[in-house]
Amino acid sequence: MILAQTEGRPLVRWDWIFDHLDDIWARTLEHVTLTGIALIFGFAISLGLSLLAIRYRRTYSPITWVAGLLYTIPSLALFAFLVPFTGLSLLTAEIGLVSYTLLILIRNIVAGIDGVSPAVLEAAFGMGYTSRRAFWDVQMPLAVPVIVAGLRVASVTTVGLVTVTSLIGQGGYGAFILRGLRRDFPTEILVGTVLSVLLAVVFDLLFLQIERRTAPWAHRRVV
Amino acid sequence: MNNLPKLSAVPPRSAMPDAMIRLEHVSKTFPGSAAPAVRDLSLEVPEGEIVVLVGPSGCGKTTTLKMINRIIEPTAGDIWVAGVNAIATEPHVLRRQIGYVIQQTGLFPHRTVAQNVATVPRLLGWDRPSIDDRVVELIELVGLEPEMADRYPAELSGGQQQRVGVARALAADPPVLLMDEPFGAVDPIIRARLQVELLGLQAQVRKTIVFVTHDIDEAIQLGDQVAILNVGGVLEQIGTPEDLLREPANEFVAEFLGTDRGLKRLSLIPVHALDLDPGPVVAPGASKQESLVVAERYEVDWVAVESGGELLGWLYLAELENGRVPAADLRPFRTRLAATATLKEALNAIVTSRAKAAAVFDDDRYLGMLTADRISDEITQ
Ligand SMILES: Nc1ncnc2c1ncn2[C@@H]1O[C@H](COP(=O)(O)OP(=O)(O)OP(=O)(O)O)[C@@H](O)[C@H]1O
Ligand SMILES: [Mg+2]
Repeated sequence: MILAQTEGRPLVRWDWIFDHLDDIWARTLEHVTLTGIALIFGFAISLGLSLLAIRYRRTYSPITWVAGLLYTIPSLALFAFLVPFTGLSLLTAEIGLVSYTLLILIRNIVAGIDGVSPAVLEAAFGMGYTSRRAFWDVQMPLAVPVIVAGLRVASVTTVGLVTVTSLIGQGGYGAFILRGLRRDFPTEILVGTVLSVLLAVVFDLLFLQIERRTAPWAHRRVV
Repeated sequence: MNNLPKLSAVPPRSAMPDAMIRLEHVSKTFPGSAAPAVRDLSLEVPEGEIVVLVGPSGCGKTTTLKMINRIIEPTAGDIWVAGVNAIATEPHVLRRQIGYVIQQTGLFPHRTVAQNVATVPRLLGWDRPSIDDRVVELIELVGLEPEMADRYPAELSGGQQQRVGVARALAADPPVLLMDEPFGAVDPIIRARLQVELLGLQAQVRKTIVFVTHDIDEAIQLGDQVAILNVGGVLEQIGTPEDLLREPANEFVAEFLGTDRGLKRLSLIPVHALDLDPGPVVAPGASKQESLVVAERYEVDWVAVESGGELLGWLYLAELENGRVPAADLRPFRTRLAATATLKEALNAIVTSRAKAAAVFDDDRYLGMLTADRISDEITQ
């Protein structure tokens, strides 16, 4: 509808884009940083909770229940709720972003570990692996493809969510979208949207590469 | 390989007379089940021998095997491995001295063949050069191509994967090897080859092996001794395959050995174990009368012609006409049986030959004649 109202004006003002390359680059860094921090902390927390869930199976249900709950809270509501405590800050943004990664990451880490063939584990123990060593040398490496698949999904989701944090003064490309909406300036909206999608694709491909590098054995099936 | 870490414990003689593995009144009752999976089982495996555990599905073979390396903890009894009380040893320490091969191979999918083989030496902290040397040695020992070392398990055939499994189990030169249906998942042709290879390998490495199978033929072929288990882990009989087949202890054992027990025994006895009779042989130039007497003694209607330890052939008496036995133009013995052949192979040669007899040779030297009657006498004596 916004686009429909732009008759008479060009949809994309290329000159605006060229004038704002510096701004775009700065926002790109911001978007990547927000996403990166969320993934790093999200992964660290998820790994910790997953280890807990694997060690003490009874904790798995409550952990995923809470993570699931966080996942279902609308992002806007979550940020609105946090602002009185943590302000319009990076911290507020990251709390929100991190909490959305937890469910996907925890599920994938646990599923990856559980998916290791019992015969492989039995052989590992049969040859004299201790539980700890079997976990880090056998179970974890074998879970890598599933875990990285989780990171791929989490990264794509997070890139999208980062735009929402523009509402609390963060936002990366989201800032363009928000400003474009306020000023009724489609070029800015488009730039924000397209770049956000592109960045999601970049993250997706990046993790695909990581997976191929860290789990070459999962790809060389056919001789 | 003089830097191979050896077993730390020196077997105290009192605790371990000859037996490399000893189970004393071992029982296992799984939590939640009323009947024990293994009940009061005592068993000894002498050093350097293969003992095969065989029995119907669910009789406790795997449970017994896994109690030896304590993947399953026995609920009662004592287990000694290489003079060490297994129950009192840290499981991971115990297991590094015991090679373990399972049906599903359990190869690490994320490790190359070489890395898989290197597993236990790495756990034991060998240095790199020793590990690398050992890996090369083992890959060759189990009959794999050196270039397979850098492949992942998924890039190997089932038979090749099993070989890697065996190599991995042998890597740290453990005195003991446990094998749970290692050839159960490969096709019969490959299985037969792996069985022969295992025996060849065993001749070189002389491990103490406990081998689990539910295939009685495999048990008979591989076992120095075969232990027949019944449901509940009850040991029905243990003995050499020959002993079991000749004298099954009870109905269960007899039934498990199969109705072709006699034939199975034949496959265990080599031809040279029999005192061979020269058979109905005459020399070239023998008279018809002489030939008739010889043939009559053997109740056959033909004679073989032998000259100076060489068997020239045979002919029907009816072909003799009135003359003497010729030295040429004889019927050839199509099936020349080696002295190392089994009686089963001999019987096969006999029933498919026209003379109903098989000539046995040691290379070119004629040793004697074998008939179905003679074989039958041998196994019923
Ligand atoms: N972890 C377990 N928990 C409970 N019962 C078990 C467990 N493992 C085995 N059993 C039971 O113990 C008995 C013996 O099992 P085991 O696996 O030793 O049999 P097996 O002789 O190896 O049979 P198969 O030839 O089918 O492999 C079976 O009745 C089985 O159901
Ligand atoms: Mg079994």
